[in-house]
Amino acid sequence: MAKNISVTVKFWKQNGPKDKGHFEKHEMKNVPDDTSFLEMLDMMNEELIAAGNEPFVFDHDCREGICGMCSLYINGTPHGKTERGATTCQLYMRKFNDGDVITVEPWRSAGFPVIKDCMVDRMAFEKIMQAGGYTSIRTGQAQDANAILISKDDADEAMDCASCIGCGACVAACKNGSAMLFVSSKVSQFALLPQGKVEAARRAKAMVAKMDELGFGNCTNTRACEAVCPKCETISNIARLNREFIKAKLAD
Amino acid sequence: MWLINSSIGRKVVMSVTGIALILFLLFHASMNVVALISAEGYNMICAFLGANWYAVAATVGLAALVVLHFLYAFWLTVQNRRARGNSRYEVTDTPKKVEWSSQNMLVLGIIVILGMGLHLWNFWAKMMLVELAPCAGDHHLATNGVYWIAETFSCPVYTVIYLVWLAALWMHLNHGLWSSMQTLGLSGKVWFNRWRVISCVVSTIIILMFVAVAVAFCFGYRPADFDQINAVVEGCHAMGLC
Ligand code: HEM
Ligand code: SF4
Ligand code: FES
Repeated sequence: MAKNISVTVKFWKQNGPKDKGHFEKHEMKNVPDDTSFLEMLDMMNEELIAAGNEPFVFDHDCREGICGMCSLYINGTPHGKTERGATTCQLYMRKFNDGDVITVEPWRSAGFPVIKDCMVDRMAFEKIMQAGGYTSIRTGQAQDANAILISKDDADEAMDCASCIGCGACVAACKNGSAMLFVSSKVSQFALLPQGKVEAARRAKAMVAKMDELGFGNCTNTRACEAVCPKCETISNIARLNREFIKAKLAD
Repeated sequence: MWLINSSIGRKVVMSVTGIALILFLLFHASMNVVALISAEGYNMICAFLGANWYAVAATVGLAALVVLHFLYAFWLTVQNRRARGNSRYEVTDTPKKVEWSSQNMLVLGIIVILGMGLHLWNFWAKMMLVELAPCAGDHHLATNGVYWIAETFSCPVYTVIYLVWLAALWMHLNHGLWSSMQTLGLSGKVWFNRWRVISCVVSTIIILMFVAVAVAFCFGYRPADFDQINAVVEGCHAMGLC
């Protein structure tokens, strides 16, 4: 049975990247605990607007854990503390207790400047993808589906890597502001398949160069990223990226 | 040059220098245990590693490794702080699987290097340095390593300082070893757990060997031939032979 709880939301307000930013508070009374966290924020915004205040800005899109837009740092954990593998939009009020103060912050990282409040600019990830996160294909006749055989293990592993939704929680959690979990997942999803292997060396070098150029930090293997990743990517991807990159550089 | 210009390259320098230092520690620690067994044996090693070209060359090499590791440590840390940005989280809830040491390698490293300074003063300055520059100290004690061990650890304050230093080093190595395997790409889903275990075992063995010598000498233990060796040295000295 759903019960109702009352919580205080302490949320971050910031007018653009240059603004210093500050917290504001709002009491939410009698929220059914089967409400999703984002629905609760929608309700809060309706109350804010009704009272003549500016609504709280945050990112979201699919609200079913597949697009990677939602990005809130809730009570010290990116996407909030859940069992492994959930995005902010998959967080429910039943994870909280009556009377809780819930602190909501943006991803704080130099690579992700704040656009407004808790909406951050994650264009950097697009730029890294554009640098090499693709396969070049000469289009022609459609290939026979079984022309290239791929083992089930490789296909599964590549699929797991490809399930990274580019949310940036890994960067948000990292004390070094490193994007290695994201980049390594994207490099791995191609490197594991024969179609992607052809360009593996070029891809690893180009994506790492872009990541460095954009100012993301150096990974020191703290594992904070894999602990918060909503798609359960693991740092074995990072080891694979390191391997691909070192191999490529030694071959030059 | 990718070892300078790329984040992964810089980490490779960190891990290769780190591993070389671990190998040195493994050698150094096994050498130390000899002091528990035979004073004569230990002093023979000290004489062998005195002021000859190979020992001096190795010392210069080691110093270069430490300097590289140290400079890169600060360089990486400065870059990481910049990447982190200026705004700090109000609340942080560090996940359980994150080791404390992994987030504090620089602090641990600074403790390690301070301890290293003290250690060089306690031993190196009284041994190899004296051999290289005889005016720097008592020449007849320069290869009497076991004497300096007894001298240093008979002071409980030094022993405690060394134990704190070794604890920091243990934490640094426990994370550092598997981290460097990860950095070099020699890890993966299976090897990750193996390297964690290997890291813990190797760093524990190294540190326990160091601790054993410090604690034993602090509590008054001496190898059987300790007095004899020191008497011989004293005797030679009295006769002006060495
Ligand atoms: C005997 C002395 C030392 C040994 C054996 C040692 C060993 C290591 C190893 C194996 C790593 C892992 C490299 C990697 O993750 O790729 C490491 C990392 C590191 N060390 Fe040392 N180290 C020593 C002294 C120092 C000193 C004096 C400092 C500096 C102030 C220092 C600071 C660091 C830092 C900041 C890291 C980065 C953490 C990381 O990348 O995971 N270390 N060390
Ligand atoms: S690796 Fe995980 S945390 Fe990082 S961007 Fe991908 S899904 Fe998000
Ligand atoms: S809104 Fe799409 S993943 Fe959360």
